[in-house]
Amino acid sequence: MFAQFFFLLRAHKVPVSLTEWLTLSEALARGLALSSLSAFYSLARSILVKSEAYFDQYDLAFQEAFAGVETPEEIADEVWDWLREGAEIPGLSAAERAALAAGLGALDLEELQRLFLERMSEQHEAHHGGSHWIGTGGTSPFGHSGVHQGGIRIGGESRGSTAVKVAAERRYKGYRTDATVGVRQFETALRRLRQLSTRNDGPLDELDLDATIDATADHAGALHLEWRRPRRNQTRVLLLMDAGGSMHAHISACNRLFTAVDRATHLKDLRRYYFHNCVYDQLYLDPTCHPRNSLPTARVLQELARDYKLVVVGDACMAPSELLEPNGIIWWSATNEEPGIDWLHRLARHFHRSVWLNPVHERSWSTIYGRDTIALVRTVFPMFELTVDGLAAAVRSLMVRR
Amino acid sequence: MSDTASTYAGTSDYIASPELMQTVNVAVALARPLLIKGEPGTGKTMLARSIASSLGMPLLSWNVKSTSKAQDGLYVYDTVQRLYDSQFGDGDVSDISRYIKLGQLGRAFTAQERVVLLIDEIDKADLEFPNDLLWELDQMDFAIAETGETVRAVHRPVVVITSNAEKELPDAFLRRCVFHYIEFPGSELMRRIVHVHHPDLEERLIDQAMETFYWLREVSGVQKKPSTSELIDWLQALVLGGIEPEAIATRLPFLGVLLKKDRDVDAATFALRTRGAARAGGR
Repeated sequence: MFAQFFFLLRAHKVPVSLTEWLTLSEALARGLALSSLSAFYSLARSILVKSEAYFDQYDLAFQEAFAGVETPEEIADEVWDWLREGAEIPGLSAAERAALAAGLGALDLEELQRLFLERMSEQHEAHHGGSHWIGTGGTSPFGHSGVHQGGIRIGGESRGSTAVKVAAERRYKGYRTDATVGVRQFETALRRLRQLSTRNDGPLDELDLDATIDATADHAGALHLEWRRPRRNQTRVLLLMDAGGSMHAHISACNRLFTAVDRATHLKDLRRYYFHNCVYDQLYLDPTCHPRNSLPTARVLQELARDYKLVVVGDACMAPSELLEPNGIIWWSATNEEPGIDWLHRLARHFHRSVWLNPVHERSWSTIYGRDTIALVRTVFPMFELTVDGLAAAVRSLMVRR
Repeated sequence: MSDTASTYAGTSDYIASPELMQTVNVAVALARPLLIKGEPGTGKTMLARSIASSLGMPLLSWNVKSTSKAQDGLYVYDTVQRLYDSQFGDGDVSDISRYIKLGQLGRAFTAQERVVLLIDEIDKADLEFPNDLLWELDQMDFAIAETGETVRAVHRPVVVITSNAEKELPDAFLRRCVFHYIEFPGSELMRRIVHVHHPDLEERLIDQAMETFYWLREVSGVQKKPSTSELIDWLQALVLGGIEPEAIATRLPFLGVLLKKDRDVDAATFALRTRGAARAGGR
């Protein structure tokens, strides 16, 4: 049942598994959907979707699967509940309520329900101001804004929205993670940059309880303490950021990444340098990219071991000459004998693992100005977009052991 | 509508949305753990207490720390105590079961009645922590290696797990849960929550405070938005300080109860000044 809904969810990239689908079938078999579409909406969502990041995609799939489904029984149920349980109907005084009950009493409840369903099936068009059909402004027992004392309101101001309408509101659009949002999501992705040390390096500063007990037992109860090396994160990162003019448009995304990297205290070492459009023979210590505050790239390559993880952040959009020609560097007064692309190759060869993060969305990489240089850079580094998902994929690529 | 004897319908001190109530009932009926996520301060821990009192079951609470291991929840073999006793204490040291202390999960299994087990802030612990609990949560039993006995659940506890979304939870773990995200309450629901905590407040004060609160949440530059619990504390402070309702929007008294970062306070005072200037200019 509803198999089409399952496949629609997967088409919308909501990670639903067969186990969860079987759980949903079990729940439906037990009647937990309460025979109402909005209850089914909440039930299916609580069983199939395990993160609010997918709520929006769930809504889209739900709309597609159930658009146009009419559920008149849903509205009737509400009225029956009110009348049976004697709940307070909002906006009605006690006298009015008594009159309502009396009015309905003239038509017995089951009789009313039967009549209602009959009218629903017979009626084929909207009707207003009449006394028999379901419509508005009239005196028939079915409709709204009318003057009949006992009847069923259809449409108009409803107490609860129907499920399809709720899905169409798309209230969870802001929770999607495929847009560039939030520092915390970046931090969470960066936390995966974790490679714990082995038992053979580092200082002996953690008490090894099991060994202590064994040693104490071996010494007939005299306390002997044994120590071991705790496992610490060994990951070291070199971050190179493009501070060129075209990056100004992406400044908020880069700021978020920066803040997240700043807070990543779990890294063993983090180095940060800047470049302008492309890496040449100088790396700058601050975003102003002034030659006074720079150091030679060759020295950085000499100092840093090959197990540093290289992360380059930039839009890779520049004039092809900047990348491919000697002296292609954009500053008039500076020179570079080797073209930028050679420096990029050198970086990629030196470090075991490297990635390029691009704040421009992946869908624009083949159409934006700079597509040629983007394509060239992609032959040197694996390129990912600077979103939460892209960063997570980049970190996975950095951590994979071959 | 339901065939269980008792269903969850909120309690007098906790206002739950209809979807949340339904999700709780689904989780109880299907005997799956209930995973609750939401912004900090939206009442996730209070929900477990509310479920326990509504269903009439005792509440066992396991507050997970960053150093927590899954084994701690099952049982702990107190080796140091045994070592100590062997040197200085009396009693039968050779009986290992005296030194096996059951953790919260173990206690929930051995309880003679059905309990509600709250695993609070599961994402604070290590990445592998939820995976380590998978088997026990599914099968509802575990073995104690030292004594060789198996602890099996007498009654299947109702498991409520809360998460602040600090870390991603593993997929295998998520597959077994029923999930609910507690959205930040809208103004109508918020009003009901306020009435539960402060039943006798002046309506004007509540109106002004809520309006200012929602405005403050929208101010750009505020990184940590104020939450429900902070609003309730703020109302308490306003009442104790005897602040006039009109002064709330213009002066933002006791801002430190709502905003805890100095950058947020700066952003808020700046926004307040521009808002005041705009209002004055508009007249």
